[in-house]
Amino acid sequence: MTARPAPARRDAASGIPAGLGREQLLELYYFMRLTRSLEERLTNLYRQGKVIGGLFRSLGQEADSVGSAYALDRSAGDFLSPLIRNLGSLLVMGARPVDVLRQYMAKATSPTRGRELNVHFGDLDRGFLGQISHLGDMVPVMAGITLTFRMRGQARVGLVYVGDGAMSTGAFHEGMNLAAARRLPLVVIAENNGWAYSTRMDRQTAVRHLADKAKAYGVPGERADGNDVLAVYEVTRRAVERARKGEGVTLIELLTYRRKGHSEHDNQSYVPREELARWERDDPLDRYAARLEEHGWVPADERAAADARVTAELDAAVAESEGEPLPEPATALEAVFAHPAVQPAAWYREAPRA
Amino acid sequence: MPEVTYLEALRDGLREEMRRDERVFILGEDVGLYGGAFKVTEGFVQEFGEARVVDTPISEAAIVGAAAGAAHLGMRPVAEMQFIDFISCAYDMLTNYVATARYRAGLACPLVVRGPCGGYVRGGPFHSQMPEAAFLHTPGLKIVCPATARDAKGLIKAAIRDDDPVLYFEHKYLYRRIKEQLPEDEDLLTPIGSARVAREGMDLSIITYSAMVWKSLEAAEILEKEDGLQVEVLDLRTLLPMDDAAIAATVRKTNKVMIVHEDTRTGGVAGEITARISESSFEWLDGPVLRVTAADTPLPYAPTLEDYVLPQTADIVTVARKLAAY
Repeated sequence: MTARPAPARRDAASGIPAGLGREQLLELYYFMRLTRSLEERLTNLYRQGKVIGGLFRSLGQEADSVGSAYALDRSAGDFLSPLIRNLGSLLVMGARPVDVLRQYMAKATSPTRGRELNVHFGDLDRGFLGQISHLGDMVPVMAGITLTFRMRGQARVGLVYVGDGAMSTGAFHEGMNLAAARRLPLVVIAENNGWAYSTRMDRQTAVRHLADKAKAYGVPGERADGNDVLAVYEVTRRAVERARKGEGVTLIELLTYRRKGHSEHDNQSYVPREELARWERDDPLDRYAARLEEHGWVPADERAAADARVTAELDAAVAESEGEPLPEPATALEAVFAHPAVQPAAWYREAPRA
Repeated sequence: MPEVTYLEALRDGLREEMRRDERVFILGEDVGLYGGAFKVTEGFVQEFGEARVVDTPISEAAIVGAAAGAAHLGMRPVAEMQFIDFISCAYDMLTNYVATARYRAGLACPLVVRGPCGGYVRGGPFHSQMPEAAFLHTPGLKIVCPATARDAKGLIKAAIRDDDPVLYFEHKYLYRRIKEQLPEDEDLLTPIGSARVAREGMDLSIITYSAMVWKSLEAAEILEKEDGLQVEVLDLRTLLPMDDAAIAATVRKTNKVMIVHEDTRTGGVAGEITARISESSFEWLDGPVLRVTAADTPLPYAPTLEDYVLPQTADIVTVARKLAAY
């Protein structure tokens, strides 16, 4: 299952790979820690019954979300669309933990005003678009986003996440084909975490590697170790640069593993225990911390300070959101359309407040 | 005032909006150099360039999905379905993604999906469909069905300017068969959500839309000549949002109402209109609300079969006489 890519190119001066600086290495660490800790807070809230719906963890996949999103240039207006296990990518793009908490707890203050769940929310200014549950649908939508960049003569790049499951959908194929045919500036990250709910990859597709599918679209396919945040960053960065230069789509397969069930209710009875144990030993956050330590790139006290910052931020975010109210019922009738702004209530229901 | 066909009126409306607003662009299959299967976009790629007239692969889901992405960023895409029958391939994109975008995520999605609908052209099961009922049930979409050249132009312009997603179903039987003198007016707009009384009458009302407006008008002529009946014909023009006020007004005026549509009967738009009349105007009715629709079959190819399945003027006359007798 594991396939290690070629060692990352090392910057001659600093010894740090991929042209990154120390501050960026620390930031990558911070975002991975923030992702994991935020999900741990959500797990507590879930157990307390405060998360209204399901909880979807990305435990063990933080490096692929964080490293890939980090390769985008936010100042250039780059743009991404995540899937359910790409919380880390949203945080990199500037999503606030308090908003993620509000989403899960269906608060009136949530970005979707309690209409949508979990990480299904977007922010056009920060450069991310929320997914819908229908896998693959965001690929055509991101084709349209990047087509618009092209029409406007903007040097912006889009990135969209799919998984071993989403790649079986018709929408994936149609969007991928359109983006490839038009050489749109789109990076497609195929997150191979081994499982689509309870279905193994070998029951999902006959290809050996997801990156093999790139050939069918006439685009480059790359593979990288999804649990190595620097390798993820580097392979994505190359694809982003290609896209920005007008060279079109790249399909990148990131090898990782879904260490929790599909959602929190799923006890993973179908997962071999030894496989889980093996991937636990390959934990992306532990690996990265060890590497930072080994090379002396980010010392332990700076990492501890980042950990403390995450704790403080999440304490504040939970405190801020936990007691907030659910939406007023009658707001359910608002904003189906721009015009009319409110849908009529049934005559036997109290009319919505003015 | 020049005389233009329904198709030319549609083309003029599209062209005017593209000239007026650089955010407007077209995407679809064979819409560029070829000018579209029915030549609706003929000459567009020469005038507006390939960037604004985008030929796509045969991928209705990608066409609609890409239109949605562009619309989020402030563009005004007009997506063509080569035949409206293929809109079913984009059903997921339209109902799950586009229709919910504003509600679930506050995302503006001002796009138009348009294409040729309807039968009477020997197109068989997959080039003749009326798709409106499949989308009538989806909150978040608007649906327009022009019957006249004026509305073909007025509604495409209004649809492009609307801030919500609009499905625009143009009837291919009408494309070159009807003509009308239209002013060259950039602001010839037909308001979305507004029906039109196509013929005034006192004795009974026919509520209809799209090509059935013309069959209903034919029937009204016959009923006037042969039965002395004054039949009112209400052309809905927009199905979503439905013009409840116009429906109630005609019901309360004539007290007898029938609904004519080309789509199949079960689960068709007529059922919804009937329910609305029952809820709003039951005490104004002097007879049952009756329907003239296609039979509940796929649409067959052979002329003998197609003509038997689809509503004909004689059917409307027959049902109107039964209703008038109440």
